[in-house]
Amino acid sequence: MAKILIPTPLRPYTDKQDSVDATGATVGELLADLTRRHEGLKTHLYNEQGKLRSFVNVYINDEDIRYLQKEQTPVNAGDTISIIPSVAGGVEAVAAPSPRAPAGGSKTLPELTNEEIKRYSRHLIMPEVGMEGQLKLKAARVLCIGAGGLGSPLALYLGAAGVGTLGIVDFDVVDYTNLQRQIIHTTADVGRKKLDSAADKLKAINPLINLRTFGTRLSSDNALELFRDFDIIADGTDNFPTRYLVNDACVITGKPNVYGSIFRFEGQASVFATEEGPCYRCLYPEPPPPGLVPSCAEGGVLGILPGLVGVIQATEGIKLILGKGEPLIGRLLLVDALAMKFRELKLRKNAACPVCGTHPTITKLIDYNELCGIRGEEAPVETGVPEIQVEELKRRQDAGEDVFVLDVREPHEYQICNIGGHLIPLGDLPKRIHELDSSREIVAHCRSGARSAKAVNFLRQAGFRKVHNLAGGILAWADRVDPKMPKY
Amino acid sequence: MAPSRTLTITASVERAIRRHGEDTFPYECCGALVGQTSSGNGVMTVAVVPLPNTTEEGPRRRFLVRPSDYRDAERRALELGGELVGFYHSHPDHPARPSQYDLDHAWPTFAYVIVSVVSGAAADMTVWFLKDDRSTFEEGNLHHGENPHPDTAPAVHR
Repeated sequence: MAKILIPTPLRPYTDKQDSVDATGATVGELLADLTRRHEGLKTHLYNEQGKLRSFVNVYINDEDIRYLQKEQTPVNAGDTISIIPSVAGGVEAVAAPSPRAPAGGSKTLPELTNEEIKRYSRHLIMPEVGMEGQLKLKAARVLCIGAGGLGSPLALYLGAAGVGTLGIVDFDVVDYTNLQRQIIHTTADVGRKKLDSAADKLKAINPLINLRTFGTRLSSDNALELFRDFDIIADGTDNFPTRYLVNDACVITGKPNVYGSIFRFEGQASVFATEEGPCYRCLYPEPPPPGLVPSCAEGGVLGILPGLVGVIQATEGIKLILGKGEPLIGRLLLVDALAMKFRELKLRKNAACPVCGTHPTITKLIDYNELCGIRGEEAPVETGVPEIQVEELKRRQDAGEDVFVLDVREPHEYQICNIGGHLIPLGDLPKRIHELDSSREIVAHCRSGARSAKAVNFLRQAGFRKVHNLAGGILAWADRVDPKMPKY
Repeated sequence: MAPSRTLTITASVERAIRRHGEDTFPYECCGALVGQTSSGNGVMTVAVVPLPNTTEEGPRRRFLVRPSDYRDAERRALELGGELVGFYHSHPDHPARPSQYDLDHAWPTFAYVIVSVVSGAAADMTVWFLKDDRSTFEEGNLHHGENPHPDTAPAVHR
């Protein structure tokens, strides 16, 4: 027999008594006995899964049972058990699709037409979705940032699933190199705005949804305004400035950020910026130095990978809307398509996070290009290296001058196309520098000129004086000297 | 349908809650309400105990009263000759309506006062009571009454 002290708000359920006797060998048994005697307490102490609610604290003689053996903590005769409330609250939660919803879930949802009932029947017969879930989907508003690799499967599946309002932000034009992975676009769309191309496909798949397209570059000036009309933001961006911008704007506007990113054979996915979970900055407080992490254009990407990761993002978005399952909040999913392994890292909310921490220093959107060390788009990473134009190189070669061409790309790139240069990948240059003769004229090149600029810088610091960077790389050569050469 | 419950607050209590919400803006404030539950549906609030917001999830959108502070507030309520009748918190730049999160974390019986603080200025104030089956909050009547014990401290600052 032990005494349980009842807090004020629960006393109406114990006939106004502030302490009640109960029996049991452990705290768990004691509480079970308590709720048997006072049935009304059950729903306030335990959740639907039969676990103690998070805001119910149980103390045994002034010690929190969380630090003992939890509900298995043994109880001795004469012990005093206290139920002590944590009081918590706050503004609108994650999974409530509309901030305008009245309190307590009595939100009025739209209705489904017969046409919609037929279309979504395979959802409607699932207990986890059902009519209620499908109506939540219809009421939901999801904004996809980008209609590229990740945005393609994201928008296609969200639209097909019946997300009532689907927004897309994109300013880009469909390019041939996109078609290997951006499956919302077709060969006939090359040259069209991605937004128009994506809208056509989505209307064809599901004409019943409300499609909202924004043909603009997401920026600090428009992000808050754009996000305001949506419940969930799905980040399909391919660059760091926009990724930080999306994250910060999600934290500031209180919208969950369904995140995905891809590189070659590897992908990541998570759900950031929810009330209870960490944000992207909790994981990566600072962007990487410019140039360290290659983009898809520089590093390449397996075509199916954005499909894999984008579909994970779409799944997470739909789970958030339905309020079902365990979202990827506080978990970073790592996809390795080569090994075909999925791993998971636990993420913690960082109390010192500059955006979502206890004392945030970033309370409005900033200049994200500056944050990521990018000063304007055309500025090359290495500046001031001596350059030579492709026409000049061609003229000197044709004139029989002694010019040593150094190709600093990777061997597989060399196989795609080359101009007969001596191949030393940039990363190998320090240990293979002895292969070069500093007395000769050297012209270094890569695909577009960025990597070879680094090579020229490195060689000049190593004492090479007659070394130049081929401006625009082999792409410029293909454009202006040899039109038959393939471009990649 | 049962008549909605009434929370009576004195002018000084109302001022104290508004001021607390403005002081902590853009963060959420929170505190305890001390008073008496009379017979019938009425609850009389005579004093507030401002409490520190100890949430680790970002105080812009969350508040948390630790068990130790809860006990503190309970003790202060007894010292003032009353009992804990509820809690108040602010919604910075959000309407004075309870969120799903508020509902998920609510205790029965307690009065939940929410004050909306818009761009730093306290605006709407509402009061809510959790339904017995936890399904929803019911809005109560906020009644502005006189202080029956003029010598009671309106706000207990720590």
